[in-house]
Amino acid sequence: MDLIISGLGKAFRLLLSLDQEVFAITWLSLQVSGLATIISLFLGISLGTTVALTTFPGRNLVVSLINTGMALPPVVVGLFVTIFLWRNGPLGFMGLLYTPAAMIIAQIVIATPIVTGISLAAMQSLPEKLRLQILALGATRLQMLWLLMREARLPLLAAVMAGFGGVISEVGASIMVGGNIKGYSRVLTTATVMETSRGNFEMAMALGIILLFFIFLINAVLSRIQQQTKVR
Amino acid sequence: MKTSSLSKIVIGLFVSLIIISGLAGLTPAAEQKTIILATTTSTQDSGLLDVLIPRFEKEQGYFVKTIAVGSGQAMSMGQKGEADVLLVHSPAAEEKFVSEGRGINRRLVMHNDFILVGPSTDPAKIKGVKTTVEAFKSIAAAGSLFLSRGDNSGTHAKEKAIWAATGLSPMKEKWYQETGLGMGQTLSVAAEKKGYTLTDRGTYLALKKNLGLEILKEGDAVLLNVYHVIEVNPTKWPKVNAPGAKAFADFMVSREVQDLMKTFGKEKYGAPLFFPDAGKKVEELGK
Repeated sequence: MDLIISGLGKAFRLLLSLDQEVFAITWLSLQVSGLATIISLFLGISLGTTVALTTFPGRNLVVSLINTGMALPPVVVGLFVTIFLWRNGPLGFMGLLYTPAAMIIAQIVIATPIVTGISLAAMQSLPEKLRLQILALGATRLQMLWLLMREARLPLLAAVMAGFGGVISEVGASIMVGGNIKGYSRVLTTATVMETSRGNFEMAMALGIILLFFIFLINAVLSRIQQQTKVR
Repeated sequence: MKTSSLSKIVIGLFVSLIIISGLAGLTPAAEQKTIILATTTSTQDSGLLDVLIPRFEKEQGYFVKTIAVGSGQAMSMGQKGEADVLLVHSPAAEEKFVSEGRGINRRLVMHNDFILVGPSTDPAKIKGVKTTVEAFKSIAAAGSLFLSRGDNSGTHAKEKAIWAATGLSPMKEKWYQETGLGMGQTLSVAAEKKGYTLTDRGTYLALKKNLGLEILKEGDAVLLNVYHVIEVNPTKWPKVNAPGAKAFADFMVSREVQDLMKTFGKEKYGAPLFFPDAGKKVEELGK
């Protein structure tokens, strides 16, 4: 119990004193997971919408694959991305292993199926006649897509939150492809793992609390948008 | 819609800040100036590298990517040419690594020692036993819980060597459990379950206050823990940064670093965590 209280205290002290290293680690976490989420939104929403609005042979299999992808274990993603990015691996010429860019790539792989799966469900849950109605009113295809997305924005924002939550909290892939390098690829989750193994439980707790605090802040803003647009 | 415009501005600002800074700041550093150092967790967890690496980077202008894994994994990274230089503590495996031509220029850097720790109740009565091998035999005879790293690390290799010396093979016994975790976590498991485990002294000292485990056997010659630096053979792997690896290895055995080691950890733990050995022979150690 003492540890929890002293961890809380330490978290506040670190935040208030604007500790340089903790600040840099926190900012990198937000940067890496933020960018990964943004990119996975483009990929996931387009893919999810496409699958939702079309029919093609093997569609059920594709949907099952997407839903399986939502449960992709970060360590497995980390392992595959590492093997691809090895110097002597297929993408080794890019020199990306143990960089923040590699972490973004791994997190995109983790977040994209989550966003795809939820967008797919969101778009499919819209009444089918809505599409016909919009088209009948003379909308172009792009306008129709835009209107459908607006209509589904509640679950789509849930997709944003789920995707972001999935990547900012994962540690398995980040530590493998990023290497937890001090001042370079160390993020809040990998630093927490390291401080725990160093026996600095207070510091580890503090980092964990800071992480939760920022996840809360971001979700609070997103939820605000989500809930306010609901009550029109 | 009006009420949510503030949130939208906040999100918009955040997103653009991330995109702009991402494009500016996340471009990889120049290859020839980057060194990948594969090492054991003990050198990182003790904080030694946090002191040494910034100095090296400042003096020589390299950027060191420290990947802290077990010695076994560090060597398999070297084997695949995925690391430039290794700082490891698993002598038998290292000798094989070098004799197979995968590594060159293996040099002695430092040593400390392994210790056998366990609960103060000492159910296997190993306190006062003469040798470590006998202590291991007593643990086996009593069937007391023993936690093994089980991860091919240097510590695990040492533990297996000691078991081999006892002539026993406890790996299938119920009282012998493999954690598959790092040293710090294995010590925590041993503390929680009141078991014995073999650990390097540095990690034990760093975690001691939360553990409640006692040192039950120390100071035996077999418990010597020796760290070597090895450069990965660039003729095998052309992508290896050979000049960088050599610069780092030279740095580790330099007078400056060796002097630093003498005092590292003294303030915090009352005793130095590592003893500098550059230029010595392994046979001279621990005497």
